[in-house]
Amino acid sequence: MAFIDYYKVLGIDKKATDEEIKKAYRKLARKLHPDLNPNDKEANRKFQQINEANEVLSDPEKRKKYDLYGENWEHGEEYEKAKKARQGQSAGTGERYYSGGFGEDDFSDFFGSMFGGSGGKSSQTKFKGQDYNSELPLTLNDAYTTHPQTFTIKGKSVRITVPAGVENGQTIKLKGYGGKGVNGGPDGDLLITFSISNDPRFKRTGNDLKTTVQLNLFTAILGGEIMVDTMGGKIKMKVQPETQNGMVTRVKGKGFPVYKQDGQFGDLYVTYNILIPQHLTDKQKELFAELAKQSQ
Amino acid sequence: MEQEEYIPLDIFCSHHHIEISFFSSLQEFGLIEVTELEQKSYLPASQLTLAEKLVRLHNELDINEEGIDAVTHLLNRIQNMQEEIRQLRNKLRLYEDDIS
Repeated sequence: MAFIDYYKVLGIDKKATDEEIKKAYRKLARKLHPDLNPNDKEANRKFQQINEANEVLSDPEKRKKYDLYGENWEHGEEYEKAKKARQGQSAGTGERYYSGGFGEDDFSDFFGSMFGGSGGKSSQTKFKGQDYNSELPLTLNDAYTTHPQTFTIKGKSVRITVPAGVENGQTIKLKGYGGKGVNGGPDGDLLITFSISNDPRFKRTGNDLKTTVQLNLFTAILGGEIMVDTMGGKIKMKVQPETQNGMVTRVKGKGFPVYKQDGQFGDLYVTYNILIPQHLTDKQKELFAELAKQSQ
Repeated sequence: MEQEEYIPLDIFCSHHHIEISFFSSLQEFGLIEVTELEQKSYLPASQLTLAEKLVRLHNELDINEEGIDAVTHLLNRIQNMQEEIRQLRNKLRLYEDDIS
């Protein structure tokens, strides 16, 4: 457990007045406040630090204790225990510091050890708890359908419904699932960012999907019907005669579901990759030669 | 038909120790929606999260109404740019796959 120099955290001198502490805290809070830095973990962490520093230094009693023991806070703890024991023997009551208040999770171990892990005057400003960030890996197939998903964050099991059509990098917010609020402030939020892996068959651009199908030369020339894989299952597609290699056909409504718009889908773009036949028989070669002659 | 819940503005303001005039200013700036029903002001439940955020900016950071307007504008711009970056990154993934 490392000693935290609260003066350094606020960038002030040890002789700083209450007004100077307040000013330094306000200045940093404006810069690092979670409402001004959404999804910024580092700013969030620093905000908790300045919050903790302000909690100690703006309270005369806590500041006195902090200044008294400083880096030797561990010895200070021993001294306090001995003092408590002495008081217990003489008066039958133990001295108790800073009861009630905010959650331990929002403060460092150092703070917890020095000030009993809880405390703070109720007159202190209320602060929203820390926002937790989590990444949820999904396959493209997972993102295609609305489905329940359970995962664990900070030891707690959270069950969410992943709506169909979420995008890679998209973040959803679960209000109140973050860290505990400070001084009775609201609990933080849980921010879940979806990380969707690429699919070997389909490429997604927004709500549209792109896929490539192999087409034999004869169907490409003469036209016909083929079966094509979509994310929702196989479909039958008509191939126009004289289809060229690389030609793209749009299949309406067979793309990706539109986020939070039930029953709406993007389009599927099918690119034809025409396969040139190999290992021709003599007869086939003869026929191709005949065709070549006819084309001249 | 969807039903909207409303929170009496005076109760919200007294809970957060804030003047009702604060919300009048926010409404003038177009930052929040306040509904008048039978000569009483209400906050639609859908605006609650936003209202709490604006109150936090005011109470915790001493930002006045004009400042909140500027901050909100800049935060919206950041959000739009982040969304644009995300979409561009997703487009770039299509080509990265082809290269590798």
